[in-house]
Amino acid sequence: MIDLTLLSDGGMQWLDASGPRSDMVLSTRIRLARNLAGRVFGMRNSAADRESILTVVQEAARDVPQLDHAMLIRLDHLPQLDRQLLHERHLVSKDIAGLEPTGRVRAGAALLVQDQVGLMVNEEDHLRLQGLCSGFALEAAYDAVNGVDSELGQRLAFAFHPEFGYLTSCPTNVGTGLRASVLIHLPGLVLTKEISKVLQGLSQVGLTFRGLYGEGSEVVGNYFQLSNQTTLGKSEFDLLDHLGKMVQQVITYEEQARHVLLRDAPTVIEDKVWRAYGLLRYARSLSFEETMNLLSGVRLGVGLGLVPGLSLYALNKLLVYTQPAHLMAPDGVEGSGSEVAIRRAAYVRKTLEDEAGRRS
Amino acid sequence: MTCQQCGQREAVVHLTQIVNNEVSTVHLCERCAAERGIESGAELEQSPLGSLLATVGKDVGAGLPETETAGLGQLKCESCGATLKDFRDVGRLGCAQCYTTFARPLRELLRRVHGSTQHLGKRYVEPGAAATTDPDALMRELREQLERAVESENFERAAQVRDQLRALE
Repeated sequence: MIDLTLLSDGGMQWLDASGPRSDMVLSTRIRLARNLAGRVFGMRNSAADRESILTVVQEAARDVPQLDHAMLIRLDHLPQLDRQLLHERHLVSKDIAGLEPTGRVRAGAALLVQDQVGLMVNEEDHLRLQGLCSGFALEAAYDAVNGVDSELGQRLAFAFHPEFGYLTSCPTNVGTGLRASVLIHLPGLVLTKEISKVLQGLSQVGLTFRGLYGEGSEVVGNYFQLSNQTTLGKSEFDLLDHLGKMVQQVITYEEQARHVLLRDAPTVIEDKVWRAYGLLRYARSLSFEETMNLLSGVRLGVGLGLVPGLSLYALNKLLVYTQPAHLMAPDGVEGSGSEVAIRRAAYVRKTLEDEAGRRS
Repeated sequence: MTCQQCGQREAVVHLTQIVNNEVSTVHLCERCAAERGIESGAELEQSPLGSLLATVGKDVGAGLPETETAGLGQLKCESCGATLKDFRDVGRLGCAQCYTTFARPLRELLRRVHGSTQHLGKRYVEPGAAATTDPDALMRELREQLERAVESENFERAAQVRDQLRALE
């Protein structure tokens, strides 16, 4: 199994719930898509092209202060479970990890990672720079990637066009190449059935939503990724400002929904929260989806101040560590579905016991 | 009208064939049409660019004489060899040069996807190239931007550039 212990928090500083509005917003992610000038884009290039791109990028990254001691992970040299593990930690996309149903990992596919900055090499675009921060922190996440982008751009020639901006393999990313995503937990809006109205409203103002794992992933556990849909015709500042204002609005709606729930159905909500907690604390077998839904209930309880002493950090960790690749046996053998469900329940139980022990 | 092949879905493709001097018309749904190898664009609907891709380069041809539009699908990027058809099929461009080769049909698509074709974000300066500080060069670039903005009917942008130009003059 891949050793990520050299990375602080296993590459997941965003889990620590230290950022603004961590009660509702798990993380803010910003990615910039860049391609090297004079080279064929990722969908058409050869294995040799990709190897040479990786070499060039690695050399350039060495001189960039924010990447000077980055860990290099060659995805093309890793077994599938390890690639899945990195994906579950939000460090790599499904595409570059070769986890799409029809896809496989491409030669030269790699990740350079240091602190909160990750650089995917040989994704659909030559470079996908990503910054991940805890909580609702668009500015901090942009600052993290923008600096690295400027440094890299002085050492590598990027494909840039005066009219179209930074050129990308897919025209939906062209221009700024910027996609900002805020991962937010909205159980109040789901329970009050206001969510579809809110999501519809967002699509009318040029924003889009996805599930926990980005494009094509389903919404589980009431987690939504809200992000900008367009990348061209607006400056980075305007794109982030617009998304920021809309997310702020969604947070207000969610707060109102929670207020309504507590006012109109306090016992129902309290019962729901504690049932979820009880199941997580004592169940002997848990499916991934059930776990996500129960964690959502408990998180809502923590947000409403109904479950004292349970830390958001513990809940965030549970979200990642109860996923399939994280539950494989230490010997790297993937268990059957029921074995994994038993292992998952044991892990959740242990975490909640420790938390309860910490409180008393 | 229901599809003559599966008898379930709505027929949307109406195919007139002449076999052995006999004219026959078949009505098919998109899926059955696709099975027979008839392109309907239905598969593209599944990609995020969806139906927009299927129309790339087609709208541009509206109002132009047929001889000029016929070759558009065969338009080929000299740098990477990708054709406009390749782009329609996979939704990805082959290289940076494709953006210049297919600039006209792409502008139409970008306008629909992003509402604009003009990058307004970070300006990139290649390593070694000096940033544009020469006022004449800047004016030239702004005039070009103004022209493009008017051409793409982005009047808001055009007004912005015009103001910038006035300030420099």
